[in-house]
Amino acid sequence: MGEIAFQFLTPWADGWFGALWPTVWLTLWTLAKIVAIVLPLMLGVAYLTYAERKVIGYMQVRLGPNRVGPQGLLQPIADALKLLFKEVVVPSGANRRLFILAPMLSLAPALAVWAVVPFSDAMILADVDAGLLYLLAIGSLGVYGVVLAGWASNSKYAFLGAMRASAQIVSYEIAMGFALVAVVMVSGSLKLSAIVASQQTGMGAALGMNFLSWHWLPLFPLFLVYFISGVAETNRAPFDVAEGESEIVAGFHVDYSGMAFALFFLAEYAEMILIAVLTSLLFLGGWSSPLGMFPDGVFWLLAKSCLMLFFFLWFRATFPRYRYDQIMRLGWKVFIPLTVFWLFVVAIWMLTPWNLWK
Amino acid sequence: MHGMTLLFYGFSAILLYAACRVVSARNPVHAVLHLILAFFTAACLWMLLEAEFLALALIMVYIGAVMVLFLFVVMMLDIDLARLRQSFWRYFPLGAGVGILVALEMGLTLGSRFFREQSLAALPSRAAEASNTRELGALLVTDYAYPFELAALVLLAAIVGAVALTYRKSFLRRSPDPERQVRVSAADRLRLVSMPAEKEEDGVC
Repeated sequence: MGEIAFQFLTPWADGWFGALWPTVWLTLWTLAKIVAIVLPLMLGVAYLTYAERKVIGYMQVRLGPNRVGPQGLLQPIADALKLLFKEVVVPSGANRRLFILAPMLSLAPALAVWAVVPFSDAMILADVDAGLLYLLAIGSLGVYGVVLAGWASNSKYAFLGAMRASAQIVSYEIAMGFALVAVVMVSGSLKLSAIVASQQTGMGAALGMNFLSWHWLPLFPLFLVYFISGVAETNRAPFDVAEGESEIVAGFHVDYSGMAFALFFLAEYAEMILIAVLTSLLFLGGWSSPLGMFPDGVFWLLAKSCLMLFFFLWFRATFPRYRYDQIMRLGWKVFIPLTVFWLFVVAIWMLTPWNLWK
Repeated sequence: MHGMTLLFYGFSAILLYAACRVVSARNPVHAVLHLILAFFTAACLWMLLEAEFLALALIMVYIGAVMVLFLFVVMMLDIDLARLRQSFWRYFPLGAGVGILVALEMGLTLGSRFFREQSLAALPSRAAEASNTRELGALLVTDYAYPFELAALVLLAAIVGAVALTYRKSFLRRSPDPERQVRVSAADRLRLVSMPAEKEEDGVC
C-alpha cells in the first residue's frame, strides 16, 4: 500500500521537496503508521473501560453503564470529555515539575512499546532484531511514572502507594523475564515475528491442529506465570494493593485530577492491552489460526487478546485483594523458583531426542 | 551518515548535561533522575553503535531495576539540604582531586594504542542479517567462557554475601508464615459449644 501511494504522490511532491522527497515520504509514512496504531489503541482503552464496567456489572447482577447512548455505548466518550474539561490541581506542597512530568513518564513507555509489536506478517511498524528485549527494557521504564507521582505529590498515601507499586513491579519483572527466556530458548530468536513463526510449525501444525503447536502447551507453567505476573505488573486486581482503596485511598494518583489523572488510566489500560497481546503473541500463536483449515490473520490475534482481556476483568470481579506480604511471597518464593526450574526442564528437554522445537 | 552524526552530538550534549546535573543538583531526587537520564542517553549512544543488546540490557538492568531501588532509598532519606550545602567547600578539594584523577586516567586509556585510528577503523561492518545478541551469546560461551564463568562466580559471591548480611535467624523473625496462615481452618480458631440460654436455677428470682 505504501509503494502505491508513493508512486502516486511522487510527480506532485517532487516540485515541492526535490531530492529530499524520499526522506520526507518515509517520515510521513511512518507517522501515518504510528497514528494507525495509536488511534485504535486509544479507542481500545476507552472501550476497555466500558467493557470492564459492563462485564463486572453483569457478573454482579447489575446493568453497568446504560444511560449515555444506546446500551451506554457513549459512556467512555462522555468520561473522556469530562476529564478533559476538569482542572488539573497541583497541590501546594508538591514538586510542581515532577508532578506534571510523572503522568507523561507513565504514558510514554506504554505507547512506545507498541513500535515493535507485530499484528500480522506484514502489519508491523519496526520488526527489530531484539524486539522482545526492547519490550522488556521500555516496559520497565513505566515504573518511574508511578514512583515520581507518589513522591512529587508530597502525600503519605501517594508515597505508600508508589512504594508498593514499584516493589511489586520490580519483583514480578524477574519472574516475567525468566518466563520469556524459555520462550526465546525454544523459538531461537528475540524477534517477535520469528517467535510467532516458530509456533506455526511442529507436530500439531502438520496435523492441522495448530493450537497444539503453540507455546502454551509445552510451556504451560510459564504461560500461567507470565500472565499472572502481567496482571501484577499492571497493578490490576487481585494485585492492586498499590491503589488499595480501603487502606491508602487511591494510592499513587490520589492527588491527581483531570487529564493528568486520565493519563495514568490510559497508561494502565494500554499496558493491560499490551500484556494481553503479548501473551497471545508469545504463547497463543499470535495471528495463526487454531485449526489449519482457517486462514491466518490479524483477527485471530484480536480474538485471543480479547479473551485475555476478559480474564483481566474476570479476575477483578472474582478474587479478593491479596495481602501485601502474600504478593511478595507469590512473586519471590513461588514464581521465581518455578520459572527457574521449568527453564532447566526445557533446556534438558531440548537436548533429548524428544525435542519439539528443531 | 549525516543524520547519525547529528544524533550522536545531540545525545552527547544531553549526556554531558545530565552528568553535570547529577553532581550539581541540590535535590538528591533530582540528581538521581538526572543519573537515570544519563544512563538512558548512554544506551542511545550504544544503540547508534549497533550494540542493541548492550543498550537494551543497560536500560533493563540499570534503569529498570537498580535505579528504581536507588530512587526508592533516596526518596526515603530525610535530608537536610542546608546542612549538606554547609560542608560543600570542605569536601571540594577532595572531590576535585578525584575528578582530575579520573579525567587523567580516561585520557591515558583513550590515548593508548588500543584506541588509535587504525584499530578503530578495523571495526568489521556487520552483515544486515547478523543478530547482535546471537553473536554476543556465541562469543560468551566459546572464546570468553572462562571470564564469563569467573564473572558469574563473583556475582554468586555477592549474592551469598548479601544473604549472609541480611539473613535473620528464624527465632528472631517476627513475620507471620503465610503458608500456615493459608492452611488454617475454621475448626482451629473457633469452637462452637451449645449452652442453655438461661441458667436453670431458681435461687435469684
